[in-house]
Amino acid sequence: MEENKTYTAQDFKSDQYVRWCPGCGDHAIVNALQKAMAEVGVAPHKTAVISGIGCSSRLPYYMGTYGFHTIHGRGGAIASGVKMANPELTVWQVSGDGDCLAIGGNHFIHEVRRNIDINILLMNNKIYGLTKGQYSPTTDRGSVTKSSPYGTVEDPFIPAELVFGARGTFFARSLDVEMATTVEILAAAAAHKGAAVCEVLQNCVIFNHNIHSYVADKEVRADRTIHLRHGEKMIFGKENNRGIVLDGYMLKAVTIGEDGYTMDDVLVHDAKNPNNVLHQMLAMMDGHDLPLALGVIRDVDAPNYTDELTRQVEEVKGKKNFKSLREYILSGDTWEVK
Amino acid sequence: MTESTKVKVLEKVVVRFSGDSGDGMQLAGNIFSAISAAIGNEISTFPDYPAEIRAPQGTLSGVSGFQVHIGKGVYTPGDKADVLVAMNPAALKTQIQFLKKGGVVIIDTDSFKEADLKKALYETDDAIAELGIDPAQVMSVAITTLTKESLADSGLDVKSIVRCKNIFALGLVCWLFDRPVSQAGNMLSHKFAKKPTIAEANVKVLNDGYNYGNNIHASVSTYRVESASVRKGIYTDLNGNTATAWGLIAAAEKAGLPLFLGSYPITPATDILHELAKRKDLGVKAVQMEDEIAGACSAIGAAFAGNLAATSTSGPGLALKSEAIGLAVMAELPLVVIDVQRGGPSTGLPTKTEQTDLLQALYGRNGESPVVVVAASTPANCYDMAFNAAKIALEHMTPVILLTDGFIANGSTAWRVPEEDEYPEIRPNYVKPEMLAEGWKPYMRNPETQVRYWAVPGMEGFMHRLGGLEKDAKTSAISTDPANHAVMVAARQAKIDNVAKEIPQLEVLGNPDSDLLVVGWGGTYGHLYSAVTEMCNEGKDVAMIHFNYINPLPSNAEEIIRRYKKVVVCELNNGQFASYLAGKIPGVEFLRYNKVEGQPFSSAELVEHFTQLIEK
Repeated sequence: MEENKTYTAQDFKSDQYVRWCPGCGDHAIVNALQKAMAEVGVAPHKTAVISGIGCSSRLPYYMGTYGFHTIHGRGGAIASGVKMANPELTVWQVSGDGDCLAIGGNHFIHEVRRNIDINILLMNNKIYGLTKGQYSPTTDRGSVTKSSPYGTVEDPFIPAELVFGARGTFFARSLDVEMATTVEILAAAAAHKGAAVCEVLQNCVIFNHNIHSYVADKEVRADRTIHLRHGEKMIFGKENNRGIVLDGYMLKAVTIGEDGYTMDDVLVHDAKNPNNVLHQMLAMMDGHDLPLALGVIRDVDAPNYTDELTRQVEEVKGKKNFKSLREYILSGDTWEVK
Repeated sequence: MTESTKVKVLEKVVVRFSGDSGDGMQLAGNIFSAISAAIGNEISTFPDYPAEIRAPQGTLSGVSGFQVHIGKGVYTPGDKADVLVAMNPAALKTQIQFLKKGGVVIIDTDSFKEADLKKALYETDDAIAELGIDPAQVMSVAITTLTKESLADSGLDVKSIVRCKNIFALGLVCWLFDRPVSQAGNMLSHKFAKKPTIAEANVKVLNDGYNYGNNIHASVSTYRVESASVRKGIYTDLNGNTATAWGLIAAAEKAGLPLFLGSYPITPATDILHELAKRKDLGVKAVQMEDEIAGACSAIGAAFAGNLAATSTSGPGLALKSEAIGLAVMAELPLVVIDVQRGGPSTGLPTKTEQTDLLQALYGRNGESPVVVVAASTPANCYDMAFNAAKIALEHMTPVILLTDGFIANGSTAWRVPEEDEYPEIRPNYVKPEMLAEGWKPYMRNPETQVRYWAVPGMEGFMHRLGGLEKDAKTSAISTDPANHAVMVAARQAKIDNVAKEIPQLEVLGNPDSDLLVVGWGGTYGHLYSAVTEMCNEGKDVAMIHFNYINPLPSNAEEIIRRYKKVVVCELNNGQFASYLAGKIPGVEFLRYNKVEGQPFSSAELVEHFTQLIEK
């Protein structure tokens, strides 16, 4: 029985040579995805990986699953069709910040709103790589790129904020350099029934090198990021002595044992709380005054689209019980010519 | 019927019901056509709605019409009406243009008061005289008053009573055309089954309307309409959009696949989405996506996942779906795209009909991107062509664009419910398990048809990656090799060309031994065939061919066309099919008869034009 079969990352690799630039963060991410899939244990032939266009969207070619490299921005709509047509499949969508949030922004917010059971891997390098270096919807204000030679004069999207605006039920974040965390959030996304968005901050060595180094560099990472785990205290720092507390309506990073703060003051992460206010505050922490949140920030049970669709079809079929189109037609207004 | 009544025998007759949008004229018209069909008439109907959803009552923009053509040899809803029912002055003013010379007008005198005339922008207090209508043609009936009297004891409030006036008018028309009023009564009881008081009231006014005609207007001529010798079977009233939806369901049943529709609301195609959304009782998944692009893309996803997948739209939506259709061409996935054409460009005339999307369907994509293009010719034919489009898509792994139009989509006809074995089996070109050992690749093709084999996610061992990038013909890996690209372009074209081997040959209609060949495609069939039949009956020789298959063309198209001295291509655009044919069949002079007014042809204008062509 394949249900009892166990898989290794190797089972999810294709025979294709990986063509991303040497040093690109995508290499680590595809490895993490294959590891996560092995951990989840759904067979490669019951897994479909759908992408749009961009460097990250080449990923399906490197997977030993069913895959579809589609058109710019439309991965979400196509993945939705795959999942709706066959809810038995585990569907992954792979996208970048341009593909997902610019040209595909409409599909993205609607698949999240619909809460369709797709695992969405959003690789955010804050730049267009495949078209060679234009600013994306997540590029920081003022950034000089090929299409903004004097700096951008617009604010970026923060993907988490869009997800919460679209009433998302799952949001998690990782860094390309944190393989274990990436595997962890991807596996959690697969376990979540509904649209599960995993943002992985990824480095583009060619066009946006070190854009995430402020939080991702080894020397600073422990102090500028926090790994959230459901049911655990929000603690971070090299010494593991820093914590997140509530200060009025705001979050604050404190040192335990200083200024009168004790471990009791430190918040416990509740990813399952339907109310998203605290999740949003956590997701908006950016590594400056407050550490950037990694791990599963929100993971809430809610009705998901495909289960509801299947349920409704079965419910209506149960009531009417037509065996064929002809039987249905004959149940309506007809007359006989003899 | 009293003895003094004069009875005229007619082969066919056209009745146009008109009134305020809220007057229920479509219900009256629908019942009239259904009971006519039930007694053996052929029927064809067409609704004419205002563009506004709820225009102010009694105004010119709020008029809605419903035209019914009944009798023998009925192929269209009729150019003009023999009888016009106008429930108010606005209806009379806007609809009188659709009345034949000498036709009968029935008006509700209760709604021709000063205020009503003012709302409809009359300048005098005599609407009949102002519009130059001969009073002898007019049957003036106090329909509202008579309805109130009829239902005085019904216990209904005045508003509900007045709402029944359309059915009084229907009763009167039933008398005029000697329709079985009891059948109309049954239909009303069925329609209002959940509201017995309303049902009872409607049946009463129906009978009172009928009796009123019988008693009061005994001196007016009534009509007997000839029955057609229609094929035995069970019939239902069917419009083009419902037929399209049902044809897809029938195809899904034949293919043994679930049916998926990804769509987005757009006039005049939305009723396909409505119908399929209701058919969850048959397991159909019809999904309203966030935009046109997502409609097409979700369908492509569903096709990839192994469903019979379709997307429905109209011209502007087809433009938005172009890139996605190109992906389906490249990925070689089965996809049915339905374009219910309307007046364009841009938003154009959403509620009006045209055939102006033909070249968009054929060529509106980047790259060498051939697809199969087919067109439905009548409301009932939408069923067949939706079925055939799905069959071709599934068996040839290609997008198929089905062109219908606003005229046949909303028009309806009596349709014999087919037995399931009347339609062929559908056999998608699936991979076979033994192919794995033979080194199967996703773009491996059947050497005869050039169709690639379909491996559906969930099948063990056949995991593969598709995509919009060009693939190597042998390995199916991404390839930018120039020679390989040429090979793949040719293979995709050959695959479409091969479909010609399976589509039906053209049949020459009218009189094949003529000098003039009339050529049409799609929704103009009824008007063209009416015109050609009428001319042949009068001894004027005209031949006709009508295309349901545009790309590829039926294999005998060229041979037939070259046989005729004069060939005139008639279409509701500026000559798109004519220019397409000219490219395919060089050296033939294609005359053109075009109309781009958002309206169908009239048979009369066609007869006039063809007569000129013959005599020239």
